[in-house]
Amino acid sequence: MAFTTAMARRLIGRKSVIGARSMSSWWRNVEPAPKDPILGVTEAFLADPSPDKVNVGVGAYRDDNGKPVVLECVREAERRIAGKLNMEYLPMGGSVKMVEETLKLAYGENSEFIKDKRIAAVQSLSGTGACRLFADFQKRFSPDSQIYIPVPTWANHHNIWRDAQVPQRTYHYYHPESRGLNFAALMDDIKNAPNGSFILLHACAHNPTGVDPSEEEWREISHLFKVKNHFAFFDMAYQGFASGDPERDAKSIRIFLEDGHHIGIAQSYAKNMGLYGQRVGCLSVLCENEKQAVAVKSQLQQLARPMYSNPPVHGAFIVSTILGDPDLKKLWLKEVKVMADRIISMRASLRENLEKLGSPLSWKHITKQIGMFCYSGMTPEQVDRLTKEYHIYMTRNGRISMAGITTGNVGYLANAIHEVTKSA
Amino acid sequence: MASDRRIGVLARHLGVEMDFESHTATAISASPTSGFQGNSVFSHVVRAPEDPILGVTVAYNKDPSPVKLNLGVGAYRTDEGKPLVLNVVRKAEQQLVNDRSRVKEYLPITGLADFNKLSAKLIFGADSPAIQENRVTTVQCLSGTGSLRVGAEFLARHYHQRTICIPQPTWGNHPKVFTLAGLSVKTYRYYDPATRGLNFQGLLEDLGSAPSGAIVLLHACAHNPTGVDPTPQQWENIRQLIRSKGLLPFFDSAYQGFASGSLDSDAQPVRMFVADGGELLVAQSYAKNMGLYGERVGALSIVCRNADVAGRVESQLKLVIRPMYSNPPIHGASIVAVILKDRNLYNEWTIELKAMADRIISMRRQLFDALRARGTPGDWSHIIKQIGMFTFTGLNSEQVAFMTKEYHIYMTYDGRISMAGLSSKTVPHLADAIHAAVTRAA
Repeated sequence: MAFTTAMARRLIGRKSVIGARSMSSWWRNVEPAPKDPILGVTEAFLADPSPDKVNVGVGAYRDDNGKPVVLECVREAERRIAGKLNMEYLPMGGSVKMVEETLKLAYGENSEFIKDKRIAAVQSLSGTGACRLFADFQKRFSPDSQIYIPVPTWANHHNIWRDAQVPQRTYHYYHPESRGLNFAALMDDIKNAPNGSFILLHACAHNPTGVDPSEEEWREISHLFKVKNHFAFFDMAYQGFASGDPERDAKSIRIFLEDGHHIGIAQSYAKNMGLYGQRVGCLSVLCENEKQAVAVKSQLQQLARPMYSNPPVHGAFIVSTILGDPDLKKLWLKEVKVMADRIISMRASLRENLEKLGSPLSWKHITKQIGMFCYSGMTPEQVDRLTKEYHIYMTRNGRISMAGITTGNVGYLANAIHEVTKSA
Repeated sequence: MASDRRIGVLARHLGVEMDFESHTATAISASPTSGFQGNSVFSHVVRAPEDPILGVTVAYNKDPSPVKLNLGVGAYRTDEGKPLVLNVVRKAEQQLVNDRSRVKEYLPITGLADFNKLSAKLIFGADSPAIQENRVTTVQCLSGTGSLRVGAEFLARHYHQRTICIPQPTWGNHPKVFTLAGLSVKTYRYYDPATRGLNFQGLLEDLGSAPSGAIVLLHACAHNPTGVDPTPQQWENIRQLIRSKGLLPFFDSAYQGFASGSLDSDAQPVRMFVADGGELLVAQSYAKNMGLYGERVGALSIVCRNADVAGRVESQLKLVIRPMYSNPPIHGASIVAVILKDRNLYNEWTIELKAMADRIISMRRQLFDALRARGTPGDWSHIIKQIGMFTFTGLNSEQVAFMTKEYHIYMTYDGRISMAGLSSKTVPHLADAIHAAVTRAA
C-alpha cells in the first residue's frame, strides 16, 4: 500500500504538462442563488447581537423559555434504542412498523383501508420528501396533470412541484380583508378547474395563514371534489399540533375518506414529535384494492431508489418505538397537547396585549387562526420596521411563528406590532 | 338542513335550479367517473419489477433452507455472518445520547458544517491545497446515492454538457440516478471478460472519443461490481486524457478505506485529480466504511477554481436540495463528526476499518484456495486480484440460477458476489456450488 501511495506521488510530482485545462472554471456562469426566504430569516436572527431580538420566523417549536424542546417520549425512545439496533439498510419503502403506525394516525386506528391493505405507503424524508415523491409520481403516471396550490402556501410547495416538472396553478384561499378563508372564491376555483384535477390541501393548521376551513366547509369542499372527480392531496405537517388532539386534526382527511375519495397524504413528524432534523415522514396513496396498492408502492420505491436508495433509519426507530408502546404513546399525546396548548395560550395573550394597547385594528384573527402560524396582516414594510427597529425576525409576508412567542417576549412583541401598525 | 344547504351550495356553484320541496337534485349526480364510485386515477399503474440488487435479499429471506447464503447486497458481515456496528460508532452514539444539550433541530440545507469540513479532509487530505484555498464546497447528502443525485441535478442545470459517461459495467443504480436527474447516459468500456481485468485500451478509446466536456463517472476505488481498479500508472494516463479532452470527472467514493485497508491509499486517484488544479465532483458514502448503512450519511464535494465560484455553486446546490427533502438527516452525520473530530476515536476507526478490509482479503484467499483444491476448471486468480467488497466471478446467469436453485446461493445475475457475505464456514459451500455450476451448468 505504501508502494502505491509513493508511486502515485511520483507520478503527480512530475509536473503535469497535461495538467488541468484552461484556467477558467466550468462554473463561472453560475449565478448566486437567492436566499431561502424562510430559512434566511433565522440566519439573519442569529447574526443579530441585540439582546432584545425575537425570532418568530421559522416554524420550529420553542418552550416558554424560547428553547428548543426534545420530547421526553423521544429521549426515552432513544435511550431504549441506543446500543441495541444495527444500522442495516431499511427496505426502499422504509420501516414497515413505522409506516403502519403512521397510517393509523392519519386514516384511523381501525381504518378499513388499512385492514384491506388498500394504502400504498412509504417512509419519506419528512413532509418535503413525501410531497416530492408524490410530485415525481404524479409526473410519471399522470403526465398531463397539473397541481393546484392554494394562495398563499408554504413557499417550498412551489419549488417541489416545479422541480418535479409538474405545471402549477393556484386557487384562492386566504381572504386578506377578513384575515380568514375566502370560501366562495375557493369553491369557484375548484369548480372551474377541469375535472380530475390534482389539488393540494393543507389538512389542518394551514401554513402560513393558520386559516382552516370549518368542518362544514370541508364537507362542502369534499362534495364538490366528488362531483368534479378531483384528486385530493393532503399535506398534513401539524397533526396534533393544531388543536392538541390528533384525531380532531385529521377530520378533513376523515371526511374525504368517508366520501369515498382516493386521496394522497404527506405526513411529517418534524413538529408533532419534534423530530425536525431526523427527517421522518410518510407518503401514502389510497388505492382501489390491495393489488393496486402493491403496484403503486412499488412505483414509489422506484422513484426513491435513484434519489436516496432507502430512507434514514434512526428517526423511524424513534417513531415506531414510541407509537408501538402504549405508555410512550400516551406520553407523546400528552406532550403534543402541552405544545399545542402553549401556542393557543400565546395567541390569546398576544391578542389581549394588542387590545390592551388600544390598537385601532382588529386582532380577532390571532385567536381564530390555528396552528403554529399567524398571518398577522402586516405589510412587508411594517415587517421591515419590526426587524430594523425592534430586532423582531419574521418572514416578510407577515407570518408570525407563534412557537417563538413566550410569556417573556409577548409584551415586547405586542408593543412593537402596535407601534408599526397604529397609523395603518 | 345541513344536507340541503350543502346541495344548495353545490347547485349555486354549478348554476343548477333546485327543488327543495322534493329534496331532489336531479341535475347533480356524481359523475360516472367520480372518485365516489371507486375508480382510482392510478388504476393504470403496473407493478414495478423488483430492484435487481435489493430483490436478491427479498428472495433470500423467503428461502427456508438452512444452508442459504446471501451474497447479494454489499453490506459487511462478520465471520459469524452477522451485521457489524463498529465500536467507535457505539461510543459516538452513546456520547450523543448522553449529551442532554443536544437538540433535534433542522440542520441547515447543506447539512452539519463540521461533518462537511471533516469529510472533505478525509477524501482530499487534511493538507489539500484545494481545501486551504477555500475552493471546495461540500454538502451533506443522503449517502452515496443522494450525493450522486444532487451532484447530477446540479450538473443538469448548470453545466454545459448533459452527457455522462459511465463504466461498463457499473452499479445498477447509477444509470437511473443520472437519468432522473436529467443527464444523458453513455457508457465506456471498462471490464474485460476475457482477462477478468481492466479493458484499458477500450477505456482510453471510449473516453477519448467522448463528446467535448462530457462528465465522466469514475469509481474512486474498489469498482462495483467488478472489483477491478486501474493501477496508479493507469490512473495517471486516465487523468491526462480527461484533462486534455476537457472532460469533467465525477468520482463515486463508496469504499474509501475498505478497499486496501488504508484511507489515504484508497483516496489517491481523487487526490491525483485535485493536485493538477482542475475541477471535479466527489460523492462520498459512510455506509460501508463506517457501517452506517441505514443512517444515510454521505457528502458531495465540488472542487472549483476559486472560492468565489465555490460559494456560488454552494448556493445553487441548496436550490436542488430544498425541494427534494429540505435538509439532511442529523443522526448519522453527528456520529461521523464525533469520530472524525476525536483523534482516539479516529485511530480506533482506522483499525476497525482495516480489520474489515483484511477479513475480506482473507475470504478472497480462502475462496481461491478452495477452488484450486477442488480442481475447478478455469483461472480463478481474479478472485484475489480484484479488490473491495465484490468479486465479478465471471459466472453467467444460467450458472447463477443453477447455484441459487441447487445450492441456495443468492447473488446478482451478473455473477457478482459480495465477499463481505462470506465466512470461513461458508466458503466450502460456495466453492462446491461454483465447482458444480462450472462443471455441470452451461
